[in-house]
This record gives sequence, structure tokens and C-alpha cells, in this order.
Amino acid sequence: MSRTVKQVAIHRESALEKNLPETNRVKIAVKNLSFYYGSKTALVDNNIDIVENKVTAIIGPSGCGKSTHLRVYNRIYELYRNQYAKGEVFLDGQNILSESQDIIELRRRVGMIFQKPTPFPMTVFENVAYGLRLHYRLGRAEMELRVERALRAAALWDEVKDLLNHSGTALSGGQQQRICIARAIAVEPEVLLMDEPTSALDPVATAKIEDLITALKTKYTIVIVTHNMQQAARVSDYTAFFYEGRIVEYDHTDTIFTNPKKRQTQDYITGRFG
Amino acid sequence: MKLRSLKMRKFFDLAIKMAAGFSAGLGIVVLCWILISILSHGFKAINWSFFTNLPAPPGVAGGGLANAIAGTFLITVAATLMGVPVGLMAGTYLSEFDSDASKLVLLIRFFSNVLMGIPSIIVGLFVYTILVRPAGHFSGYAGAVSLAIIMLPVVARTTEDMLAMVPDSLKEAALALGAPRWKVTFHIVFRAAKSGLVTGSLLAVARVSGETAPLMFTALNNPYWVFSLNRPTPNLTVTIFNYAMSPYPDWQQQAWGASLLITVGVLLLSVLGRLVIRERKS
Repeated sequence: MSRTVKQVAIHRESALEKNLPETNRVKIAVKNLSFYYGSKTALVDNNIDIVENKVTAIIGPSGCGKSTHLRVYNRIYELYRNQYAKGEVFLDGQNILSESQDIIELRRRVGMIFQKPTPFPMTVFENVAYGLRLHYRLGRAEMELRVERALRAAALWDEVKDLLNHSGTALSGGQQQRICIARAIAVEPEVLLMDEPTSALDPVATAKIEDLITALKTKYTIVIVTHNMQQAARVSDYTAFFYEGRIVEYDHTDTIFTNPKKRQTQDYITGRFG
Repeated sequence: MKLRSLKMRKFFDLAIKMAAGFSAGLGIVVLCWILISILSHGFKAINWSFFTNLPAPPGVAGGGLANAIAGTFLITVAATLMGVPVGLMAGTYLSEFDSDASKLVLLIRFFSNVLMGIPSIIVGLFVYTILVRPAGHFSGYAGAVSLAIIMLPVVARTTEDMLAMVPDSLKEAALALGAPRWKVTFHIVFRAAKSGLVTGSLLAVARVSGETAPLMFTALNNPYWVFSLNRPTPNLTVTIFNYAMSPYPDWQQQAWGASLLITVGVLLLSVLGRLVIRERKS
């Protein structure tokens, strides 16, 4: 019934051979990834294949390295001097940790949503247009069209269409988070990273974001870090369980939650620790 | 166990409260005293000709300080144009472009603290040596340079503090969108800290607009219209110094008027600065 992800990769090739729709293509392949904060080791030998157009959830107790792992995919950790990664992370077969990888190009292809909504101190329209302006030359009409499209895709258009010239920071927390999603998808990335995107939101706003995640996966490959196991079960297709910087188990979400193979995974999802 | 005495506790509480209240009161009283005497004396000197006429010789009625007002304005603007951009960029470097503990950052921070503590008369002498002596004459530009040097560390430190208050999460969000580092700094971080930066610059301007000592060695003064900052330039503070020390009652009167003008100017700048901060908080 269930396949491990290595089998998924094999399956992909056989799917190609059989000319089947390419639904289980590996988008990101992580090989022997380790991560350090100065002399402190945060990730040890992570290996994982992220499947295209699926939602992959990363779960685990606080401090297990979930966010650290996610923050390697767009090299955002490089803002800080004493943080560095070892190993390889392939995005469509290209090692993004190599020197030759252009970091701006990487971040155009891999967008990110953070735990706390981070609208820029500008209008709603400018918030969404900012990323577009960074990467594309657009005329006014085209810009307006793309901003509207992004806001619609983020299920926010109806709420803000009359507030486009208002400050983005004046919206509610849930709306702010959807502004950030609109801003990220406006530049048409291929991968969306979400670092506990709902942990600062109320249940209604959380439900909206979760619906959105399900709607977005047809176009994007989504990797979501969450400390909420129900959320992982609701929105994801695959789940990776992290513990102390290692990937303990990675499988279909159903399998992880109903029939985990490792004792630690079972203990965690049944609430015995974490 | 014996309980501590309730009476003693109340007594000490009262004593500390009174000491603190008295000290606060003393400060306010002195400030009010200064303000009231400047207002009462200065107000008499303020009239139309004070703003429009050139200085008159002692004993001649109807003189004004129009040239000094214009001169002070020009010197301050020139100093701001030099001091604020350099201070902003220096503060930006300290906060954004190097690690917090790098040797260079610690060194710059240390020297900027030293510079902030250097008496302004020393800055005046310094500029006298490097600009006035070689040029062979006093000039408004030299005055502006000395004021800019005094502004520099003030602007740099407030800029650093204001930029450091912008949360890392905002920088990360902009970087994650694919913005290069300099755009993150100028588009996002500066915008988030905008009112703080404006306030810091305003307070730096307020800080130098009352400076006298550096101008005595650089801009000097003159009783005529300013046509060029390349010559000795009239200004309010040196005029106050000269007039207040003079034996002529109408010059002394004008010195009070100039004091009032500067005080009100600084007060307005400070109030403006606070208003910007308040707008930022709401």
C-alpha cells in the first residue's frame, strides 16, 4: 500500500517509462545535509526527497531542527554569520548549496512564509507588487493584473479589493499572513516553504490558510513545518518526523499517523513526549 | 522571627519619594526660570525690523539680525546636508553590514562615542587648523563642517539603534522574496525605521543649532549680508556671544532676542521629533 520515498523516486522512473502522468516527480532531493550554529550541530545527515505538487509536512518536538531544515531550502540562514550547512540539496537536480547557485534566482523559485506575518511597511498593493518588481519588468496594467491574480489565489481579494491603498500592517493577523502568501506566489515560485504559518493565528484564520494550502498544491510544491500534528494530518500528503536533528521517519502522512514503523514516531504522535 | 518595623518602612518610602520629587522639581524649576527670563527679555527685542534689518551700530535704533538669521539657517542646512547622509550611512554599516562583534564595528562604535564626548570647542579648533588656516580666511563652509562633525556621531548612533529595532523577521521576509541585501536595507528596513531616522536627524540638528564655540573658530561673524558661505558668515550664536558681552543696552537687548529665537527653534525641532515618534507608535 504505502511507499517509502526512496520507492517514490524509483516509482517516478517507472512512471516515466510507462508514460504515466508525472505526479510523483522529486522536486527537492536532500543528501547528507548537516547544519551548524557555530560549533553546535543542529542537523545530522538529513536525507529526504520532496515530491512535486504535494504537501510535505515536517513535524517534531521543539528544537528538533524542523525550521533549521526548512531554512536551508532557500539559504535564508545565510543572513547570519555563524550558521552554515554541509551536504547537498538538489532542486530539479541542481545543487543549490553550491557556490555557483545564484541566490536571488533560488529565492525567486523557492518562496517562504514565516511564522509571524511580516507585511512590509507599505500599502497592500505595494506589498504584493514589491516582489514582482524585484524580478520582472511590468507595465502598470500588467502589474495590477498580477497583483489581483495573486490576491485572488491567496483568497484575499474580496476582503482587500477596496483597501489596496491602505497600509498592509493595518490588516488582521490572518489577512496579513495571506498578504505574505500573495506576495510569495506573485513572483510565481515553484516551491513554497511555510514555517509554522498558522501558529500566530486564531482557529478561523488557520482554517482559511489550511484550505489555501490544499488549493495551492496543484501549482506549487509545498513544504510546511508545523508543531500541530492535526494540521500535518489534515493538509499534508507526506510527513517527515524529526528528532534531535535527524529524520527519524518519512512516509505517506496516513502511514505516519496510523502505522508508524519507528517507536519514537509512535511515541510522539500519541503524545507521549514532545 | 521579628517583623521589620512598619513605621520605618513607611518613613523610608516617604523619604525616597520626597528626594526624588525634589530633584525632579529642581530640574523643572531651573528650566522654567531660563525659559521665562529668555521669554520676558527676548520678547521685547522681537519686532519686524529684528527679522528684516541689518545690525545697527550701538545707539542707532531699528537694527536687526536678518543677516545672522539667514547665516545660521544656511550654515545649519549645509551642516545637515553633510552630517546627516554620512551619519545615516555610518549607522547603516554598524547595524546592517557587519557582524555585531566585528573588530571594525566595535572600533567605530568606540570612536563615535569618543567623538560624541569631545568638547565642541575642540572640534572648532580642529576645523580651524585644517580648513581656515590653509584657506587664509574664516568661512561659513568651515562652520558647517564643524557642525557636521558634531552631528555625525549623534546621527550614526541613533541610526544604528533605530535600524537595530527593525525585527530580523522583516529582513528575512524581504530576502526570502529574492531582494538583494541593499534593497532590503533601503526599501524595507529604512522604511520601517523611517520616523526614527527622521527624529534622530531632527534632534541632531537641534543639538548643533545652539553651538557657539565651533563657529567662533570657523564661521566667525560679520555685520553684513551673506552672499557666500566662502566668507566669514554671520550667525546667531556668535552674535549672542558678542552682543551679550558688549556694554551697549540695545545690543544686549538684541542678544536676548536672538536667544529667544534659537530657543524656540530648538524647542520646535524637539517637539516635531517627538510628534514623529508618537505617530510611529500609534
